[in-house]
Amino acid sequence: MSLLCETPHPSRRAVLMTGGALFAWAYLPRFARATDNRDPRLIVIVLRGALDGLSAVGPVGDPDYAGLHGDIALSLSGPHAALPLDGFFAVNPAMPAFARLFKANQAAVVHAAATGYRERSHFDGQDVLESGFAGPGHVATGWLNRALESLPAGDRVATLGGLAVGPSTPLVIRGAAPVLGWAPQSLPAPSGDLPARVLDLYQHRDPVLAVALQKGLDADRMALDDQMGAKAMKPRSGLDSAAGMRQAAQGAARLIAADDGPRVAALAFDGWDTHVNEGGATGRLATLLGGLDGAFEEFEKGLGERWKDTAIIAITEFGRTARINGTVGTDHGTGTVVLLAGGAIKGGRVIADWPGLKPAQLYQQRDLAPTSDVRAVLKGLLAEQFGLSAAVLGDKVFPDSGAVKPMMNLVV
Amino acid sequence: MAIPAKGSVPPDPVLVIFNRFGLGARPGDRDRMAGDPRGYLKAELRQPDIAMIAYDDPAYADLLGSTPAIQASMAAGFQRKLDRGLAKAAAQPAKAKAPAATGAASPISTAPAMPSAAVKASAPAGSPQAVPAKPTPATPPVEATLYRAEAQARFDKALRAEVGFVERLVYFWSNHFCVSVAKDNIVRASAGAFEREAIRPFVLGRFADMLMAVERHPAMLFYLDNQQSVGPDSRAGKNRQRGLNENLAREILELHTLGVGSGYTQADVTSFARIMTGWTMAGREGRLGEPGSSVFNANAHEPGDAVLLGKTYPAGGVGQAEAALNDIAIHPATAQHIATQLARHFISDDPPAAAVARLAKVFLKNSGNLRALAAALIGMPEAWSTPLAKMRSPFDYVAAIRRAGGPGPNDPGQSLNWLNALGEPLWQPPGPNGFSDQGDNWASAEGMKIRLDIAWQAAQQVKDIGNPNDMLDAVIGPSASPETRQAVSRAESKQQGLALLLMAPEFQRR
Repeated sequence: MSLLCETPHPSRRAVLMTGGALFAWAYLPRFARATDNRDPRLIVIVLRGALDGLSAVGPVGDPDYAGLHGDIALSLSGPHAALPLDGFFAVNPAMPAFARLFKANQAAVVHAAATGYRERSHFDGQDVLESGFAGPGHVATGWLNRALESLPAGDRVATLGGLAVGPSTPLVIRGAAPVLGWAPQSLPAPSGDLPARVLDLYQHRDPVLAVALQKGLDADRMALDDQMGAKAMKPRSGLDSAAGMRQAAQGAARLIAADDGPRVAALAFDGWDTHVNEGGATGRLATLLGGLDGAFEEFEKGLGERWKDTAIIAITEFGRTARINGTVGTDHGTGTVVLLAGGAIKGGRVIADWPGLKPAQLYQQRDLAPTSDVRAVLKGLLAEQFGLSAAVLGDKVFPDSGAVKPMMNLVV
Repeated sequence: MAIPAKGSVPPDPVLVIFNRFGLGARPGDRDRMAGDPRGYLKAELRQPDIAMIAYDDPAYADLLGSTPAIQASMAAGFQRKLDRGLAKAAAQPAKAKAPAATGAASPISTAPAMPSAAVKASAPAGSPQAVPAKPTPATPPVEATLYRAEAQARFDKALRAEVGFVERLVYFWSNHFCVSVAKDNIVRASAGAFEREAIRPFVLGRFADMLMAVERHPAMLFYLDNQQSVGPDSRAGKNRQRGLNENLAREILELHTLGVGSGYTQADVTSFARIMTGWTMAGREGRLGEPGSSVFNANAHEPGDAVLLGKTYPAGGVGQAEAALNDIAIHPATAQHIATQLARHFISDDPPAAAVARLAKVFLKNSGNLRALAAALIGMPEAWSTPLAKMRSPFDYVAAIRRAGGPGPNDPGQSLNWLNALGEPLWQPPGPNGFSDQGDNWASAEGMKIRLDIAWQAAQQVKDIGNPNDMLDAVIGPSASPETRQAVSRAESKQQGLALLLMAPEFQRR
């Protein structure tokens, strides 16, 4: 079933603005380039459902890997050979674009990584990953939004705000800093001044809805300004399908590439919970990884000149069991991978303090043991892309995480 | 979260029954219920079969029970496989022998064991005897046909309800025990039947009975993979080298009953997964029972005693899991979990702790009697004093639009498309925790823009709007704000007036 309607796409709407634009930030003139000619961007892709890091980037050089991961283990030989990254790790063959970027030093992997969360509930794990708090139970704001909020007043990145892709805003970017919502759409646009009248009513009666609707209309207008073809925006299937991921990236890239577009963006793709017939080099997980690979590729294409300033990071709430379960899938685990791509990434590296896969080396004798903290990677990117200090990162963006030092030198 | 109502004036009780508890007023409803709004709510709880969708109703002739629905899906799947095999063989005549020796083509010689209902239902996909040379793409897959018929039945039921409180309870429990049609064809074919068979009969019954019906239903067994989970020391486990899958067991504890953080451990999850082994569905060949029906497969059940939450459940086949489920169904953590969710759904995103505690107490005192729980909910002062500040979920919003403006097209396609666009595709939640019940989630920028588009599309479809001001009185009533009243009355057309009504805060919030 497709995510959006099959109604023929109308001509894009013209939006009438009521007096006193709520979001002056969306109308600011183009900014002059900073002196170093860098204009950094950060794109966060949340993979919900827990990605099997050992099937995305296989430790093919580890003697215990093939035995544990069984029929779905990646291998350097055979008809669907994994793509070697270095002498030890190989990426799933469904990700040729990522492998190409890795060779061009524009993609990197952090392996055996996890947040500070050590239970195995998706929903709590996602809340921890996206909220940036040390434990579950915080669902009002996300770390990416708080990072925007922590930038000095008047900072260009803060002024331009964030972008949330999809029909609902991912927790990671929810919060007080302005966020633009955008999703491919295909309903007939209202005619006349209905949008302005509804906005006017909301401004008098329901400020929360006024803000939301104004942002939705702004996002639509920006997409219109970029003259995106109606056809290109219309997803053929759901946002979480391989084609949907590609299309979401395509649309988001146009908005982010614009000079007055948002500099940070969040996307969330569901469906990574592979308990049954996960597949290895081919099959269900490989199809999803192919979609993610397509998203990386679309960002590279769509960002054009701005690719060199861009860092993309794909994160997931936790990993999966090292040993396959009774149904040729994997259950909820701990350590997994973080994938980095973009012209701003100092790539060509798998960053891992490899814990090994012998029974005693596994976390609770079942999962890949985490040796890197996902928050360290995120902090490193935020520090290097936007200049946030370790103190702010450890206190406001990722509360109570002072002990987790930013992982530096991720960015060129 | 902003609270739209000014001051502490309690909301209009008629608006409370239709927005907080029901599915929105149809023209005429408000006048009928103005005398005793609480009485109408309570009256719904006294109607014995109010939640049921009856098979003998001619309006629902297209619906199938889950067993024949799954049989139809299996037959169609078998036929698709057959067609693919033949197409492949026709394309590569030289290699025709090779695939025939493997699994794909071998069942050709064996007539599938299919009861009559399934053959009848699968007729559109072509009968097994008359294998077409080419696939016939014109007929929609049987799973899609069933899904749409079930969707239509759900929309019809929403339109016919007097207030819709019990329907809202159905949606609440259906989301609590959600399955997703994105999983596979079996779930796509049976998701609607799952709601009619495992949810509707029990919404005013016992929680333990609903839990039991849900966890043994094929749609749930497939959605959370239990049909594949095999006890490692069971006969099947030893022969086939298959093993445990702890997905269902974990979500029962985390989502369906006790709730996350209530004290169970990874060892409890694994142990419960062992207890649940053998709960499965009979396959197409019918070796374990009628194809598509829920069965207990003793051969896949992990033998021996098992400990869950400190209590030992002696070996005992299907009874082992039944005993465990009956215990956790009335566990205090379950009561707390359900009470919190229910109060959050019907009262506010951050429900008052006292209200939650009272509901939990009622749940425990009545051993999970859901009618008593629903009655307690409408008996709470908070239900009538808390401002109507939550956002209507997409389904509630679409249902309220249809109730206000008329049924819309004769086909569920448009309503289903609206739900997709709003991010709440029917029976297709993003994960086993269902769709969000936090109001803010539905007030996103993109979501509000889509609501505007939908309100406009809906307003254009209504043939005879009459006077939009009268419509406002009929649907919202005297508590509509002066600004809303003015916006509707000053609209440039009747369509625009109706669209403004459908976008008004009083229509969006509940």
